[in-house]
Amino acid sequence: MAEQHGMNERIRRLRQQSMDAVPHIYMERAKLETEAYQKYEGSVSVPEMRALAFYHFMENKTIRIEPGELIVGEKGDAPQGAPTFPELCCHTLEDMHVMDERDLISFHVTEEDLALQRDVIIPYWENRCIRRRILSAMTPEWKDCYESGIFTEFMEQRGPGHTVGSEKIYLKGFLDYQAEIKEAIDNLDRLHDPHSLDKAAQLRAMSICCDAIICLGSRYAALADEMAAAETDTVRQQELRAIAENCRVVPAHKPQTFWQALQMYWFVHLGVTTELNPWDAYSPGRLDQHLNPFYQRDTASGILDETKALELLECLWVKFNNQPAPPKVGITLKESGTYTDFANINTGGITPMGEDGVNDVSYLILDCMDDMKLLQPSSNVQISRKTPQRFLERACEISRKGWGQPAFYNTEAILQELLNAGKSIEDARRGGTSGCVETGAFGNEAYILTGYFNLPKILEITLHNGVDPRTGKQLGLPLGCARDFATYDELFDAYKKQVSHFIDIKVAGSNTIEQIYAEYMPAPFLSIITNDCIKKGLDYNAGGARYNTSYLQGVGIGTITDSLAAIKYNVYDHRRFTMDALMDALEHNFENNDVIYSLVRNKTPKYGNDDDYADDIMKEVFDFYQRTVTGRANTRGGMWRINMLPTTCHVYFGEVMLASPNGRLAHKPVSEGISPEKGADIHGPTAVVRSCAKMDHLRTGGTLLNQKFTPGVVAGETGLHQMANLIRTYFSLDGHHIQFNVIDRQTLIEAQKHPDEYRDLIVRVAGYSDHFRNLSKALQDEIIERTEQSFA
Amino acid sequence: MDSPLIINIQRYSIHDGDGIRSTVFFKGCPLSCRWCHNPESQRFSPEVLFHAERCTGCGACTNACTHGALENRLSCTGCGACADVCLSGARERVGEPMSVPALCALLARDLPFYEESGGGVTLSGGEAAAQDMNYLEALCRHLVRAGIRVNLDTCGYVEPQRLLTLLPYTDVFLFDVKLIDSARHREWTGVGNERILENLILLTSRGAKIDVRIPVIGGANADEENIRQTAAFLRREVPGIRRVYLLPYHAAGSGKYAQLGRRYEGEAFFRPDNAALEAMRVVFAEEGISGVRIGA
Repeated sequence: MAEQHGMNERIRRLRQQSMDAVPHIYMERAKLETEAYQKYEGSVSVPEMRALAFYHFMENKTIRIEPGELIVGEKGDAPQGAPTFPELCCHTLEDMHVMDERDLISFHVTEEDLALQRDVIIPYWENRCIRRRILSAMTPEWKDCYESGIFTEFMEQRGPGHTVGSEKIYLKGFLDYQAEIKEAIDNLDRLHDPHSLDKAAQLRAMSICCDAIICLGSRYAALADEMAAAETDTVRQQELRAIAENCRVVPAHKPQTFWQALQMYWFVHLGVTTELNPWDAYSPGRLDQHLNPFYQRDTASGILDETKALELLECLWVKFNNQPAPPKVGITLKESGTYTDFANINTGGITPMGEDGVNDVSYLILDCMDDMKLLQPSSNVQISRKTPQRFLERACEISRKGWGQPAFYNTEAILQELLNAGKSIEDARRGGTSGCVETGAFGNEAYILTGYFNLPKILEITLHNGVDPRTGKQLGLPLGCARDFATYDELFDAYKKQVSHFIDIKVAGSNTIEQIYAEYMPAPFLSIITNDCIKKGLDYNAGGARYNTSYLQGVGIGTITDSLAAIKYNVYDHRRFTMDALMDALEHNFENNDVIYSLVRNKTPKYGNDDDYADDIMKEVFDFYQRTVTGRANTRGGMWRINMLPTTCHVYFGEVMLASPNGRLAHKPVSEGISPEKGADIHGPTAVVRSCAKMDHLRTGGTLLNQKFTPGVVAGETGLHQMANLIRTYFSLDGHHIQFNVIDRQTLIEAQKHPDEYRDLIVRVAGYSDHFRNLSKALQDEIIERTEQSFA
Repeated sequence: MDSPLIINIQRYSIHDGDGIRSTVFFKGCPLSCRWCHNPESQRFSPEVLFHAERCTGCGACTNACTHGALENRLSCTGCGACADVCLSGARERVGEPMSVPALCALLARDLPFYEESGGGVTLSGGEAAAQDMNYLEALCRHLVRAGIRVNLDTCGYVEPQRLLTLLPYTDVFLFDVKLIDSARHREWTGVGNERILENLILLTSRGAKIDVRIPVIGGANADEENIRQTAAFLRREVPGIRRVYLLPYHAAGSGKYAQLGRRYEGEAFFRPDNAALEAMRVVFAEEGISGVRIGA
């Protein structure tokens, strides 16, 4: 069943190499980072320290050019090499063994790696790393909540920087940036500005980072020249000379050609993702719009044609696929259990002037994603009212093949979300989504995801007088036991108080962590390419960007809605059973009470069916959560906002919970994104979409809806047209995002039984796609059980 | 007016006319086609389906039934008392009345989908046109006033006046033609086809937009003779029809007979293979009707 992917022999070989390589730890970065810190620490400012370490890495890292490559540069030593970041998270030897030996998301570790970790890395970083700093700065109540699964913390072992940089990298080189930085230093007001010293240090750090990336480019130019001289194949020799020429132009200067534009992006991508580990969702963003001017110019002048452009894009796609996400451990691995790096491309949408943004490159990118069928980059489309139907239907054609890409984002919703958050209209039109579905003003905003928030778990705690029944710890407020709530309103009121209580704890923790990053872990390279950091002389992690948002991601809206509906409907409205009986059933995982189980499973209104009884509860929960978070100040001069997405956290959040009142059994996953609880939606996709659209998406920074279809529903012309119409309608109702899993249940069950026979099987998980065989059994089960919409 | 009984409202229905539609399945049909895949739609009275695989054996239904229907299914009145107490969903009452305003409100929920896709509501069954006429007219008037386009899926075996009454509200008729030979029609569906074919001609003469749908049942009507007769009839008598669909037989409904306590007599039916379906298209083309679509 091996399919051929890639337009020609070169691409097929590179792609195969990428697929066959074994993910492994790449220790050189940790080693060089340590050397630099040992050399400079204490003698220079923190930002310059970071910049010098960055320079040391770019100057000394092992580089190579793979046979046949046209875009050069690798984060590690070779495809699937994953650097570690001991300054953030200093892995113990046990961590390294776990990474090596675990069945899923493993990374090969050699004896030599272990020795280096033991003898050099651990002794230096054990007490210095950010993770240590963060954990020692957190309050006991924060730690209890964290360990109990009330929320997670993104920055506990990963740096911020899940973002999209400025499109100015296509208009100027790093020498130009350096000139701009020099000017900013010259213009510092040392007479009046009490922060001029810090700003000068920050700006000098940025300037060092310009040197660093230029140094990397020169090294690749020299290597390509050297290889060209030794090359006997004249065709390859010419390619290597062209690569050398490209690397003499970028990143020092602005790109002149389509090929150089791609190489420029790739150097920047390597810079951002090796400076810190923004887990690694640094993304090309609106790539079609950035590349189109180069494409038009090069095709007009005859140095490029469609075939060559596609080949270059496919080379870039392989590059993305070569980079696994940084190795994670513990809870962070659970919330994001994937190799996927979340590099997200938004194709389509509108231009900064508000016109339809679909261009020739947009269609090429669709062809590329269809042809390559790779998880990375996560290739998605923005659909606006102005998007041509041909583009939408071409995207649907690819999506219905069933491997989860592209997902569909609503341009008008993104625009209104950004405007609502105070962005200018032009900045908003340049924006889009990155990571899974998170809205950002690309190039102008540090929109930092802080963690997932377990909405259903808080009901469990509310029903137990503030105690977590799993651990016995008093995490919440003592507001009474389940039976003490005389009315539904009293119960819901208590739930809201508990939600507020936990949001306070989470936000306090994150605001502290932001300050730790601002002080100890600036990102001067990322700051160069994020608008306004140079102008303000401020780091990306310290509020340097034009806009600074902190996001908190709500998880389990389907489960919490159905649980509250089950209580309201059965205990209070219809008195079919008592709260005591329910609590007893929950404690026994419904094993002692089939009647209650059947009533809540089969005879109770549920979210996802366009039933106002349940959907009104969803709205109340959502509105309260949204209001309670939105508008709080973060420490970077910006505001807190929410989005509604889970990555793989809905599985972890389910693990820490007992049975819930809607009939979800103990330790099973909670609902994902804003999708209904699995099996709850029985009236088809229009009812799901209507229910989901009752949420006020425009007040969020992104929501995630996963719609699973069997192939039959989307087959043929009719299936395709109506899939497109379903998307258009959801978007007309302000839905933010929709993605499709088109796969039949039987195939998934077979794939679970015989993983080796289904190595190619890709499914949409939650905002990203993954190989089915790489998912945990629980997540596989969950995907199998998600409602199959079968309407033939 | 009496509310007809409704079996189901199928949202995101994409094979019953143009666009995204909601299809209302009314209960009761004047025909009893032996291949029928919705046998629960044949009788006009409520019935109870039994999904054996869901039954937990709790026994609640035996206590609830006052008609002895669990011992003798023939005495079931369809009252649904057993279904009311059945928590596992093993016993399911089919056929619920619904007022016109309530039904319209439900159907209007998907208005944005209809508008985006050029879809609407399809009245089907059973036989929609065999239901209470006052109800149907009120329903259609409400829907049309709300800007919803209505398709009528009909077997054609109703008094002509019924169809004429609904004609002004109907965007497209999805008109089933099964067999041209009336004796054969009677053999397989229980009634002769004269009225059906007359109604088809009548609607065409009044300018109705019509899609003819031909269920193609291997072992019943899929022979070349019937296909050729059908094509010839359509070209000769109703040249103004919009499209012709061949809907190949599927056995998806066969399990429902057991749920109704009935025996399925259609084991011998089969889906003509793709080559045979293609050959039918050729026959239609030879008879002067091109562009026949296979599948809804």
